[in-house]
Amino acid sequence: MSTEKKLVMGNEAIGLGAVRAGVRMVTGYPGTPSTEILETIAKQNDGSIHVEWSTNEKAAMEVGAGAAYAGARTLVTMKQVGLNVASDPLMSLAYVGVKGGMVIVSADDPGPISSQTEQDTRHFAQFSKLPVFDPSSPEEAYLMIADAFEYSEKYQTPVLFRPTTRICHACVSIELLPKIEVPKPEGFIKDTMRWVIFPRLSYQNHIKIEARNVELSEVFSSYPMNRLRKGSGRKGVVSGGVSYAYTSEVIDGNIPFLKIGTPHPFPERLAKEFLEDLDEVLVLEELDPVIEKELLQIAGKYHLDVKICGKLTHDTKNAGENSVESIRGDLNRFLGIEDDKTEGGEELDRAPALPVRPPVLCAGCPHRASFYAVKKAMRGKKAVFSGDIGCYTLGNAKPLDMVDTCLCMGADVTIAQGLHIIEPDAVNFSFIGDSTFFASGITGVVNAVYNQTDIVLVVLDNSTTAMTGHQPHPGTGVTMMGDVAAKISIENILRGIGLTWIETVDPLDLDKAVDAVKRSAGEKGVRAIIFKSPCIAVSKPGTLYEVKQDACTKCKVCITQLGCPAIAVNDGAVVIEPSLCYGCGLCSQVCPSGAIGEVECNE
Amino acid sequence: MNKSCLLCGVGGQGVVLASKLIAFAAMEQGKFVRTTETIGMAQRGGSVVSHVRMGGEIHSPLIPMKTADILLAFEPAEAVRCLPYLKEGGTVIVSSKAVKPVTDTLGGSTYEGEDMIQYLKKNVSNLAILDGEELCLQAGSAKVLNVALLGAAAASGALDISSEEMEKAVTSNVKERFLEMNKKALALGKAAYEHADRL
Repeated sequence: MSTEKKLVMGNEAIGLGAVRAGVRMVTGYPGTPSTEILETIAKQNDGSIHVEWSTNEKAAMEVGAGAAYAGARTLVTMKQVGLNVASDPLMSLAYVGVKGGMVIVSADDPGPISSQTEQDTRHFAQFSKLPVFDPSSPEEAYLMIADAFEYSEKYQTPVLFRPTTRICHACVSIELLPKIEVPKPEGFIKDTMRWVIFPRLSYQNHIKIEARNVELSEVFSSYPMNRLRKGSGRKGVVSGGVSYAYTSEVIDGNIPFLKIGTPHPFPERLAKEFLEDLDEVLVLEELDPVIEKELLQIAGKYHLDVKICGKLTHDTKNAGENSVESIRGDLNRFLGIEDDKTEGGEELDRAPALPVRPPVLCAGCPHRASFYAVKKAMRGKKAVFSGDIGCYTLGNAKPLDMVDTCLCMGADVTIAQGLHIIEPDAVNFSFIGDSTFFASGITGVVNAVYNQTDIVLVVLDNSTTAMTGHQPHPGTGVTMMGDVAAKISIENILRGIGLTWIETVDPLDLDKAVDAVKRSAGEKGVRAIIFKSPCIAVSKPGTLYEVKQDACTKCKVCITQLGCPAIAVNDGAVVIEPSLCYGCGLCSQVCPSGAIGEVECNE
Repeated sequence: MNKSCLLCGVGGQGVVLASKLIAFAAMEQGKFVRTTETIGMAQRGGSVVSHVRMGGEIHSPLIPMKTADILLAFEPAEAVRCLPYLKEGGTVIVSSKAVKPVTDTLGGSTYEGEDMIQYLKKNVSNLAILDGEELCLQAGSAKVLNVALLGAAAASGALDISSEEMEKAVTSNVKERFLEMNKKALALGKAAYEHADRL
């Protein structure tokens, strides 16, 4: 039935919208909150779409560009910090342009909820001079993605598409629309004046881009996703993205209200028309004051006597995400309405202290064993532990406390080098996951070997990209579409780079693991330990363990050393919760009394 | 009329699936539905909150504070944590079994849940406390706590979803071999709500 409604997540809506728009090539690198877009398309694929997890965002962007040069509709997905990695091809591609529609989704994460930064992709749009679409709901994203392809093809330019976490991960009941028919890709037509970037071409294209953006600003002033609602009074409100949804929830229907769906090129004519009738405007947006600055420019350019209020005037907060409540407060202050504190809800007493539930490594996670082995081996010695992005960032939590630095993908290897050069008497460890190693670790290892810096590289190889939901990567031997690929060996790569001291160890064999770390610390040059043990989410549990109560001295070493969520104290006894235990056996190797053993089969 | 339900619990308890079943039942009634989850970085054991909003014109995926019609809590402390979402006179259905966080074990503090239940009793006028552990035991699996709570939620009438409609949602979405157990859990939840320790 064509009228059947489905509950879809924002990321699914984006993926389904791209499939509807005839996408032929989809590339990306996993990153919260963008990951499910590509996975949705892989599930929907009738075989006509090439879907791949690329090695990193730069590779994804370039593979996508090639397909778009050949005339295919192309979608590239990543999170906002991924766009930093892909910014080199992005900036040049903006000058060269494309033939097939190319939409680059970069998901922002106000809060941030699971990111290193609160950066704003709309700046990247201004910086690269590319159009950007900013959906305010999953259902709008579903329609907007098809528009994005159309504008991209019409203007022969890649376009950015910027959802935020609350769009990506919200679900809505929507009606799916019939597929849009698109012609088959024409193929690549050789033309060096078009596809080969040279200073002269860049100069000529720069002129064209500036003219195009003036035209797009005019076109976007009539684009239905940019909307002006006239009202009464001399005070108006402007919003975009999910803040528009929050504002719609609380704003009075008579207040002039402008919604921005394309923050760049900014719909100038529409905004000018809005500002002309007003004395004061409040801008409600997340991350940076992008809309606010555009309005200030327009007000200045046309000498409009209107005050623009927002982040720059400290009328709204300049960090963290918005909510219905924060926006209600902003609006009330702007309109001079007193907050109605008694409205709704019961008057609550002071709540008792609530238990905190911080993120922890899973019970049975091999990373716990790896960190513990290094910690034990280096006890009392001067060592610094550089970590990276992934589940293993959680190795920073007590009691492990084994991540001293974390910056960005791949920086564990290189930060360790900088630290060591200034403080050569320390042993510098760098912890990197398998997917991160492929994404951006290899050049850092080459750098260490070339510049002869002593570090111990610890690869935490759990055979998956765990943090983002277990995506395959070049070391897993499987592609996104389930095809079997040759497994790329991390050990062989390291040997190829010139490392001679490499040991592959199972971290769950604690004595061997500790011994390997101790020996590595005594060596010079770049040494590598590959701790190889699969993530519990991609492997079967082993025989479970239990605490033999007659042998347990209640010293709690297992708890205070490992912090495993499966081990707890119940009525004074140390117990292993069978529903959480994965049978890794690390606790049995740590127990000084030999009181932890495999569960004996009854009968 | 618009209805909103906040579901809260701990990772692994089936909070998200329960929210999907409520959304499904509301969609079957022809209602517009908006949902979202707030899940932290936690793999397991972290707080999980699901927002379900049903009805006509709804913009925000997150339920505004003090407007939830019903709070379906899988754990006492999580109920207290999310209480600011509940509207005046709203319904709270809570499973009394506490889930202890791992850091409690490390820090030696002792969270047992009873304080939370007492607090709820003092502050919620429309409260039903269910012995979730016992319901699961009777249904035959610890995994059906979510469906038992749905049975109670339907029985409360606060969702505008009848017990029959809820059963249909479960039947349409649960695998055949688990169906009997889930139906039993629904019925147990309903009966427990009707006889719950209420104020």
